[in-house]
Amino acid sequence: MNSFDSARRDFLQLLGGTAGAAWLTAQWPAVVSAAQHAHDAAKAPQPTTFEVLTPDEAHELDAITACMIPTTDTPGAREAGVVYFIDRALKTFAREGLPAYRQGLEHIQKFTAESFPGTPRFSAASPQQQQEILTKLFSENDPQKSAVSFGIPAGGANFLSTVRVYAIFGFLVDPEGGGNRDFVGWKAIGRDASHSFSPPFGFYDKDYPGWQPVPGETEKK
Amino acid sequence: MSRPMVTYKPSDEVDFVIIGSGAAGGVLAKELSTNGFRVVVLEQGAYLTEKDFTHDETKIFAESLLTNKINIHPTTFRKTPQDTAKKQQCVLYGSCVGGSSVHFTANFWRFHEIDFKEHSKTGDIPGANFADWPISYADLEPYYTKVEWEIGVSGLAGSSPFDPPRSKPYPMPPLPVKGNGVVFERATRKLGYHPFPAPMAILSQPRAGRGACINCGFCLGFGCEVGAKSSSLSSVIPMAEKTGRCEIRTDCYVHRIETDKNGRAIGAVYFDAQRNTHLQKAKAVILSANGAETPRLLLLSASNQFPAGLANSSGYVGKNLMPNSNALALGVFDQPLNDYKGPAVSRVMHDFYELDPKLGLYGGGGMDARFDFTPVTLALNGLPPGTPKWGPDFKKTLAHNFTRTMEIFCHGTSLPVESNSFSLDPDVKDAYGLPALRMTFRDHPNDLKMMEWMKDRALEILDAAGANTKWNAPIQEQQFAVHLLGTCRMGKDPKTSVINADHRTHDVKNLFLCDGSSLVTSGRGQPTMTIQALAYRAADRITALAKRGEISA
Repeated sequence: MNSFDSARRDFLQLLGGTAGAAWLTAQWPAVVSAAQHAHDAAKAPQPTTFEVLTPDEAHELDAITACMIPTTDTPGAREAGVVYFIDRALKTFAREGLPAYRQGLEHIQKFTAESFPGTPRFSAASPQQQQEILTKLFSENDPQKSAVSFGIPAGGANFLSTVRVYAIFGFLVDPEGGGNRDFVGWKAIGRDASHSFSPPFGFYDKDYPGWQPVPGETEKK
Repeated sequence: MSRPMVTYKPSDEVDFVIIGSGAAGGVLAKELSTNGFRVVVLEQGAYLTEKDFTHDETKIFAESLLTNKINIHPTTFRKTPQDTAKKQQCVLYGSCVGGSSVHFTANFWRFHEIDFKEHSKTGDIPGANFADWPISYADLEPYYTKVEWEIGVSGLAGSSPFDPPRSKPYPMPPLPVKGNGVVFERATRKLGYHPFPAPMAILSQPRAGRGACINCGFCLGFGCEVGAKSSSLSSVIPMAEKTGRCEIRTDCYVHRIETDKNGRAIGAVYFDAQRNTHLQKAKAVILSANGAETPRLLLLSASNQFPAGLANSSGYVGKNLMPNSNALALGVFDQPLNDYKGPAVSRVMHDFYELDPKLGLYGGGGMDARFDFTPVTLALNGLPPGTPKWGPDFKKTLAHNFTRTMEIFCHGTSLPVESNSFSLDPDVKDAYGLPALRMTFRDHPNDLKMMEWMKDRALEILDAAGANTKWNAPIQEQQFAVHLLGTCRMGKDPKTSVINADHRTHDVKNLFLCDGSSLVTSGRGQPTMTIQALAYRAADRITALAKRGEISA
């Protein structure tokens, strides 16, 4: 991760409200750049090809991210177009990380084959097996090495931490910047996609009577 | 381009060249040009306007549309002067017309009377380089009022019993209360505290050709598309340009203040967008480049005559950096707050502004109820500890919590510590080959201790508010600053300060500094209001000096 990228990470720390808190450990800017592509991809006729990923790689990443943010009673990573978001990232800001990305995918496939003989690919594993694979790999995660670098993903379990951050961005990034196709991510978390709002905003302010001074308590302390 | 424009040649000796168009530079440009002076403002960033501001996060974050570009201007960090600094981003500031006032949250408290004379009241604090201001709250009060009415601040006068005296009410009522404000207000009142509607530099009503807030929720980090946020860009810069005497010149990287053999400033040297070098000549120079870049520019301007840097006979240029201390507690409620709607903050509390000395703590802080997450940042960092990182339960918790989470943010004192500073890195260079900005910083132990105390109170408030889950961000030493305060402090004694009460440098008669660097104490966070009040006051002082012929003489 270069300093340009870490700048964005720190900007997100600011957005979180405090520089001292452990805020975003990811690289915001680069990811949102990729989001633009996901948005374009969403607007365009359904894309049939990827710009960087091979169809097999895209298929595997789709399976992995769909396991992380699954389709339940609401849409998940798959419906949000997360894999297109990742493809774009690997073409742009994270292009230097492509070899490591490929290595990470290879590691997962190898791990899958070793864990479940006869299952050569993550995407071919059953949902339960997929859960087991991700659980095991995440448990091997070295927090020291997973201070999520988008540009150069670490291998194995730390690679998964990287993919997780990509998946979250691709799922939830403001559609004005791409990603979050058809607002499916926002809908899933209950965020109204409107551009402006009027009070009352939620449950607690709807019966608010207006600010009232406490009698005798507003004199100068 | 439809905005009124006057242009000057660099060789034209204008009355003032101002470095920076942010909170302070914008005000000075407006005031001085209105007072009849010819002004050139040199801005490092671009001239963006409301039409350029969208919710497109790719532009804001991927392209650093509004903020300093760290690939061009790298920074380095170390904790103590004994360490070798390493390359990392440690400051963030606005880099566009309007500066950080374009992307800030817009909390707009006044400092209180105690902030100006706390040293006298408290005495020395071990490890702190603590001083009183050469001016009082009363000196600044008319200018606070001017800020509120001229740039546009929403609020309710008299709603906080801790507020300092004021000569006029706010020009507009407060912004709408949010769910977090309601539960915070009820809980703090239950505990015997005194919450009040947040004073915000955001219009609650249309004013001066600008729209009122539409509650879109994209405040912190974003420029306001309807001009409701009272940035310098939306408020004072257009007034400055309308005078026909002020040029805002963008994409100018000022890297040196030139002086003559008599030790007077003659103008500002800058690279334009094509990296050509120019000297903008001026009768007087005003640095409003922020608390990091103002001291850096003075240090970059060292010469045989000023070997330690310009205006640095005290050695105080860049010293006593105060970024404000902070702490954060979070809570999840049973019903939707929907706090993603509206400006981040709607209720504030100042009961802890001056803590009881019996607590063994110095200073104090304010608290606000807020929500400044985006969906992405909440998913990554706003979920309770122990939440699964992925899978159906992760998604379920995220879906439940996004609309039900709120924050209580504690802002507080930073004590001035002489070794906490900005200086020139001896090794790392920027994209132009100039020494990078180096930050040396370690929080005064009191500040961390106080934030632990504040954090505990915030958790109690969340309990009283009925949060069903609550937690806090760990209190830790800071390595990243956005409030860039105190680094060219104001004072009477040229040995222990850089500028006098007129913002004039003690060493160079026609060189003035006005921005966060001028502050002597840090207040309790939220410094922009005070920076702008200082700028209005400085403009009056500088105008009076110029009219008496005391600048050019």
